[in-house]
Amino acid sequence: MAPNVVPMDYTKDPDVKLPMQLIINMPELKENPFKERIVESFSEDGEGSLSFNDFVDMFSVLSEMAPRELKAIYAFKIYDFNTDNFICKADLEKTLNKLTREELTAEEITLVCEKVIEEADMDGDGKLGFADFENMISKAPDFLSTFHIRI
Amino acid sequence: MSQPPSITLHVPEGTESDGQEPSPDNERALHTSFHQLILEQSSLIEAGLELELQERDRESPACLATPDACAGAWPEPGQGEEHPSYSSASLQILASMPSRTIGRNLGAIISQYCNRTARLRRRSSRPPLQQLCRAARPSLRQYDLETDPTRATLEDKRRLLVKELLSVSPSQCSHMLLTMPLSLAEKRILRRQLSRQRDPLRQRTHHRAPFSPCGWSKVYVILGCRGLWYRILSLLRTAQPWHYALKQIGGRFGSSVLSYFLFLKMLLMFNFFSFLILLAFVVVLQAVYPPASVSPQPFTGLELLTGGGYFTHSLLYYGYYRNVTLNDPCTSSPKGSMCPLAAPLFPYNLPLAYLFSIGVSFLVTCILLVYSVSRSFRESVRSSMGDLAIKVFCAWDFKVIQRRSVKLQCENICTQLKELLVEHRSRSRSRSCCQCLRHCIVILLAWVLALGCVSGCVLAVHYFSEHMHMVQQEQQAQGSGRWQQEAILLVLPLVVSLLNALMPRLFNLLAMWEKQDSPVTQVYVAIIRNLILKTMVLILLCSQWLSRSVTCSAEECWETCVGQDLYRFMVMDFIFTLLDMLFGELIWRLILEKKLKTKQRPEFDIARNVLELIYGQTLTWLGILFAPLLPAVQMVKLLLLFYIKKTSLMWNCQSPSKPWQASRMSTMFITLLCFPSFLGAAAFLSYTIWSVQPSETCGPFRGLETIYKSGKRWVLVLEKSNPNITWFAWVYQHLLENTWLLFFTSVALIAVIYFNIQVVRGRQRIILLLQEQIAKEGEDKIFLIEKLHCVYKQRDRCS
Repeated sequence: MAPNVVPMDYTKDPDVKLPMQLIINMPELKENPFKERIVESFSEDGEGSLSFNDFVDMFSVLSEMAPRELKAIYAFKIYDFNTDNFICKADLEKTLNKLTREELTAEEITLVCEKVIEEADMDGDGKLGFADFENMISKAPDFLSTFHIRI
Repeated sequence: MSQPPSITLHVPEGTESDGQEPSPDNERALHTSFHQLILEQSSLIEAGLELELQERDRESPACLATPDACAGAWPEPGQGEEHPSYSSASLQILASMPSRTIGRNLGAIISQYCNRTARLRRRSSRPPLQQLCRAARPSLRQYDLETDPTRATLEDKRRLLVKELLSVSPSQCSHMLLTMPLSLAEKRILRRQLSRQRDPLRQRTHHRAPFSPCGWSKVYVILGCRGLWYRILSLLRTAQPWHYALKQIGGRFGSSVLSYFLFLKMLLMFNFFSFLILLAFVVVLQAVYPPASVSPQPFTGLELLTGGGYFTHSLLYYGYYRNVTLNDPCTSSPKGSMCPLAAPLFPYNLPLAYLFSIGVSFLVTCILLVYSVSRSFRESVRSSMGDLAIKVFCAWDFKVIQRRSVKLQCENICTQLKELLVEHRSRSRSRSCCQCLRHCIVILLAWVLALGCVSGCVLAVHYFSEHMHMVQQEQQAQGSGRWQQEAILLVLPLVVSLLNALMPRLFNLLAMWEKQDSPVTQVYVAIIRNLILKTMVLILLCSQWLSRSVTCSAEECWETCVGQDLYRFMVMDFIFTLLDMLFGELIWRLILEKKLKTKQRPEFDIARNVLELIYGQTLTWLGILFAPLLPAVQMVKLLLLFYIKKTSLMWNCQSPSKPWQASRMSTMFITLLCFPSFLGAAAFLSYTIWSVQPSETCGPFRGLETIYKSGKRWVLVLEKSNPNITWFAWVYQHLLENTWLLFFTSVALIAVIYFNIQVVRGRQRIILLLQEQIAKEGEDKIFLIEKLHCVYKQRDRCS
C-alpha cells in the first residue's frame, strides 16, 4: 500500500505506522460504511494509524478462522462509536444511519433504536453492555459468515 | 446463591477534605486486582475529569472513562446529561468499574483470562450456576481472592497467565490463546514464554539420559516435522480450489448466492469420495482383468448423450463386471458352482468387492452428510426473538466490496428494517375474521392447484413412458436405424427435464398470487412444492425401473439398461440447466436491456438452482449400483456447471433483492439433501439389494436369487473354510439377521432422544432463571451507584 514507507525487512521490528487514509482506501474496505470504526478499533492509539501487527490483527479477527467470542468483542468495539464500552442510543442511531445511508426517517430510527434496546438490554440500564451484545450475537446464526472479510 | 465477597468501602474521614481525589492506596477495599487499573486510570482521570465536568466533549479516544455516560443508567430520559452533583471521587470509582474497562486495559484482560484458565483447570464437572460467566468483562464476584498476589504488575500477571495456561491441555491452551482479545505482539510474547517453559519439560520426559547427541537430533527431527506440517497446512488453506472465484462471487453478490456455490463444492467432495472408493476397489481391478466378451461397437459422438453404443459394454455399467474371484484357479470353471478351496495367491472376490464398495461409499457419504447437517443445524437453530436487533448488527455483509452491491445492500437492509417495523406494528394489530378466512381460502386454493399440477405431471409422465415404450417396440420390430432408436430413448428424459424446468416457474407465479405474510414463507412454500414434484416423478421412475414393466422389459441385462436410463436423465438435466441459463438469464437480460430499456437484470434464483443440484445428486445416488462410474460423470458435470454458472452470473445477474437468511437456508438445503434425497436413494438401493433378482446373463451377481445372497454365501464359505472364526458367522446369523436387535436399537435411540429433549427443556428453564437474575443484578447496580453517590455527597457536605 505504501511501498516507500513500509520496509521489506521486518526482522528488526521497525516501528512503522500507516495512517488511516491509506488503509481505508484498500479495496476490501473502501466501500464499507464502518471502515473508519474498524481501523480505529484495531489501532493502538485509537486514532486509526496501524502498525503491521495491528494490521495483521485486524484481518485475522475478520477472517474465517477467528472464533466467535473474539469476533463479538471486536464487533462490539466497532459499533461503540463513542468508545464508552456501551452501545447507547446515539451509537445505535449512528449505526443505522451508516447502514441505510440515511434513508430511514427520524421517527423510524427512533422506533428501531427503542426496539433494539428493548430486545437486547437485559440488565435494564437503557443501553447495551458487552454481555447484552454477546448474548444477542449468540442468537444470530449469520454473524460468523457476515462478519468476515476475504482477502 | 453465592455470597458476594464482603467489600467494605473504606470512607476515610478528614484526609480528603480539600477535595482532591483519594489516592489509590486508600482503595484497598476495592479488590487489589484493579490496583494497576486504578493506578493507570487515576492519572488519566485527573486530567480528564475537569474537562468532563466543564465541557461535554470527549478528550481523546484513548480516554478510558466517560463519567457522564453513567447518567444514562438513570431512568431519566436524555443521554449524557450532566450531574454536577456527582463528586469526583465517586466518578473515579465509577470510571474504574469493570464494565467500562473491557477490552481496553491489557492488565485487566490478562488477569481475567488467567482466572478463566484457572477455573477451567479446576473444573471437574459441570460448574454450579453461580460460576457461569460468558462475558469477557472481569467481575468482582468470580474473582478468586487466594491466588492473586498483591500489587501485581503486568509482568507478574503475564507470568501467572502462562503458568495457568501450561496447566491445561495443549488444545485448550491454544483455544484460549485464540480467543483472547489481545494484540498479536502480546500473543507472540505469551507463546514464546509458553514454548520456553514447555520445551525443557518435554526434553526431561523424553530423554532420561542427559543431553546425548541422539536425544538432541530427535528433538530437532520432531521440531522440523512439526514445522513442515504447519507449512503444509498453510499451503493447503491457500491452495483451496476456487478461492479467488468464491471471493469474487461473495464480493459482488453476498453470502446468499455464495451459499449455492459452496453447496456445489460440497457435492463435488461427496462425489469425489464415492468415486475414489469405487475406483480403487472395483473399477481398476476389472479394468486390469477385462472379460473376454463381446467386441465393442465403434465410438460415435452420440454415446455421450445416450450412454449406449460403445459405452454399453464398458466399465461404465453393471453388465461389464464379472462374478469371479480374480486370481483364483477356478476362474475357468462354470459360473455358479462352488469351487474347491485351494490356496490362491491373492484371491479377490469381485462381486463381494462390488457390493461392499457401494455399501462403504454410501456409509461414508452418510457420515459426512450427518456431520454437515449437525454442524449447520447447530449454527442456525435459534429463537426468533430479537430479530430486529440481529438485523441491525448482523445484517451487514462485510464481504461485499463492490460499490453497486454495497448500495444495493444498504437499500436491502433499509427495506428489511421497514418491513420488520411494519410487521411489529401489524403484529399488535390483529387481523379481522373476514380477512383471515379469505386468506385461508386463498392458501388452500393455491395448494390444491399446486398438488393438482403435480399429480397431473406424474400421470403425464406415466402415460408418456408407456407410449414411448410402445413406440420403441414398434421401431425395433420394424428394424429402423440405430440413430432413430437411440433418439426415441432420449424423449422421456427430455420431457421430464422440461417439466422440471417449467413447473417451478409456475409455482413461483402461484406464490406471487397467494401473497404470503412474509417473503421467507414464500420461499419455503415454493421450495416444498418444487420438492414434491421432483420426488413424485422420481418415485414413479424408480418403480418403473424396478418392476421392469415399461422400460428395459425386453432387455436381458436390465441393470445396464437402468444405468443407461439414469445416465440419459443426468445428461438431459445438464443440457436443460444450460438452456435454462441461456434463456432465463442471458436472453432475458438482453430483452430487459434492449427492448424494455430497464436497468434491472434477472436475479439468480437460489432455491430453484439448489434444488436442481439436489435432483442431479439424487440421480447419481440412485444409479451408483447400476453404473459405478456415475459419480465421475456427476463430478465432470458439477465442474462444468460451476464455471458456466459463474460466468453467466457475472455477466447477466444482479444481487438478490429479497431477504435471505443464508445460514437457515443452507441448513434447509443440506437437510433436504440428507433426508428425502440420500435416504430415498439408500432405500431404493436397499430394496434392490434385498429383494430384486439380478439378471441371469450379466453382472457380478448373475445366477443368484438376490444380490444380498452373495454376502450370505460368503459368510457360509468363510465359516466352512476357517473354523476359528465361526463366531463371525454366528454374529452374522443371530445378531445382524435378527429383528430383535433392530427393535432394541430403536428403543435405545428413542430413549436417548427423550433424554436429550428433557435436558434441553431443563436448560431453557435455567436460561429464564438466569435472565431474571441479570435483570435483578442490573437493578442492584443502579441501587448501589445511587448509594455511592449519596455517601460521597454526604461526606463532601460534612467535610
